[in-house]
Amino acid sequence: MKEKSIGIVKTEYFTFAGPPHELKLECGEKLGPITVAYETYGELNANKSNAILVLHALSGDAHAAGLHQADDKYPGWWDTIIGPGKAFDTDKYFVICSNILGGCKGTTGPSSINPKTNKPYALEFPIISIQDIVNCQRELVDHLGIDKLLSVAGGSMGGMQALFWLAKYPERLRSAIPIATALKHSSQQIAFDEVGRQAIMADANWKEGNYYGATPPAKGLAVARMIGHITYMSDQSMEDKFGREKKKEVRPFKFTADFEVEGYLKYRGDLFVKRFDANSYLYITKAMDNFNLLEGKTIQTLFKGIKAKLLVIAFKSDWLYPAYQSKEIVRASKLSGLEATYCEVDSTYGHDAFLLETKEETHLIKNFLKKVYGDIEKNGA
Amino acid sequence: MEHKHARLDNLVITEIIEPNTNILDLGCGNGELMSLLVGEKGCTAHGIEKDEQAIYECVEKGLNVLHGDIDSGLSEYSDESFDYVILNQSLQQVAHFDTVFREALRVGKKVIVGLPNFAHYKSRLQLFFLGRAPVTSSLPYSWYDSPNVHFLSMTDFIHYCSSRNAKIERSVFLGEKKRVALLPNLFANVGIFLLTK
Repeated sequence: MKEKSIGIVKTEYFTFAGPPHELKLECGEKLGPITVAYETYGELNANKSNAILVLHALSGDAHAAGLHQADDKYPGWWDTIIGPGKAFDTDKYFVICSNILGGCKGTTGPSSINPKTNKPYALEFPIISIQDIVNCQRELVDHLGIDKLLSVAGGSMGGMQALFWLAKYPERLRSAIPIATALKHSSQQIAFDEVGRQAIMADANWKEGNYYGATPPAKGLAVARMIGHITYMSDQSMEDKFGREKKKEVRPFKFTADFEVEGYLKYRGDLFVKRFDANSYLYITKAMDNFNLLEGKTIQTLFKGIKAKLLVIAFKSDWLYPAYQSKEIVRASKLSGLEATYCEVDSTYGHDAFLLETKEETHLIKNFLKKVYGDIEKNGA
Repeated sequence: MEHKHARLDNLVITEIIEPNTNILDLGCGNGELMSLLVGEKGCTAHGIEKDEQAIYECVEKGLNVLHGDIDSGLSEYSDESFDYVILNQSLQQVAHFDTVFREALRVGKKVIVGLPNFAHYKSRLQLFFLGRAPVTSSLPYSWYDSPNVHFLSMTDFIHYCSSRNAKIERSVFLGEKKRVALLPNLFANVGIFLLTK
C-alpha cells in the first residue's frame, strides 16, 4: 500500500470544567474552565470501536499528522506513522491527539488567561500531574462520545500517559502501546529535568514566571532544550551525525560554536524558544518527575485483573529511558497475566528512536492493532 | 494451510496439548507452534524469544511475544501460572539447563521438552569413523558456530528427568519424516517429552 499524507488538518477546541464544575486536580486545587486543543484523523466507525488516542511527549502538541497549510515546512510530529496505510492507519482507525494540560499549543496552561485576574496564569497555575493530564483527555474522549478506545499510544511522556490510562481506566480501552517510557522517573531523569528548569529560572528575563508581554527567558529555555537534545540522542548517533566536524565559516572569537554539534544544539535551542513557553516547560517536566505509577502499589498488583493487550517498545541505545524501565512494565504485565508483547529494537538513535525508527514501529504497531481490532470483530464489541 | 507446512515436531506437540489451555513457549522462534496452538486448539499463548527478527514474525502472526532471555525470564511468573510450558529445541541452547528446567516445572503444570538426539546413529558413525564432530539434520551446525551448548542423548535426558523427580508422562520420538518406535536413542533425531512434577 502506498503511504500518503492525511493532507490538510485543522485543530479543534473543546472547553469544559466551567464554574462551578471545575476540574479537581491531584494537588487538591480546582481549575476551570479548561480548553483542550485536539485534532482527529480518519473516520469514527458506526459502533465507535476504532478510536485510538495518541499521546504526545514533553514538547509535542495536538498536531500529530498532516499539514495545517499546504505550504507548511513540516508535518505533524508523528506523521511518519499516522496516515493512510501507515501504522495508525487512518483508512481504518479514528486517531485523536490532544495538547496536554499545562501545554502552550491551545490547551489551558500557564500562558493562558486566568479568568479570575484576566492576566496569564504564570505561576498562579496549579501544579499538574500525569493524572490531571489524562483526566482532561478522558473528558475529551467522553465529549467525542467514545466509550472504549481501541488503543492509547505514546512515546516517552506520552507513554506515561498510556500507562496511566491502562492502570486507572482499563475499562475505557482495549489496548495500550507505551514506547520508550517508564513506570516512574528515575533519579537521573529527574536530575536532567532539574538542570533544564534551573536554566530557565536562572534567566533574568524569567522574573518568577511573569514575563508575558515582555521579553521571555529565551536563553534559559534554549539551554534547557539543548540539554534535552543531548539526552535524546546517543553517543553513536551524535558521532554519526557530527563527529568532530567544524563549521565552515571562520570565526575570530574564542567561544563561538565551532563544532557542528554545538551549532546544531544552538539551532535546536533557538528554534524551540519560538514555539514553546518556558513556564509550560517547568510545569510539564515537574509532572513527569512526579509520575510514579507504583506509588502505593506493588508491581505484583499494578495491572491485576486488567483485560487489555499491551505492546511495549524500547530502543537499545536509549539511555534516557533505558530498556530496563520498559522491562519493568513487562514484569508487571507478567505478574498480572496481562497479554503483552515486548520488543527491544536495535537502534542507534537513542531516545529519539521513537520518532525515527519508523519501519520497526510500523511493523509492530500495525500488526498489533490488526490483532486487537480483529478480536473485536471475532468476539463482538 | 499453515498446517501442511508445519514442522513435524510442532504438529506432534499440538496434538499432545489439551484444547483451550494457557501456554508459555520458551524460545518460540517465529511463532509457528504458538500459531498452531492458538488456531487449532484455542489456546492462549505467550512466547519468549531473544531474536529480534523472530519477534517481528510473531507479531505479524498476531501472537503475544516478549523479547528476552529465557535464562532470566521466568522468575516473575508465579507457580503453575501456565497449563503448559514448552521448551522445544531451546533447552539445549540455554546457559543454565538445570535452572531453566526447574523453573519451567515450577511455572507450568506440565512441561513439554523437545530435544535433538546427540546419540543418533549418524552422529555416532561420523564421530567413530570420520573422527569429526557430527553434523546431522537435527544437529545441523558446525562445531564452531553452534547455538547448542548442551549435547545429550535421549537416554541422557530420561536419566536426567528421573534425577530431578520429573515424571515422563509421554514421549514421542521422531525421525526426519515420521515417528520412530524402535531403539529411539539410536534412530530418533528428536525426542518430545511431556513432563509433570
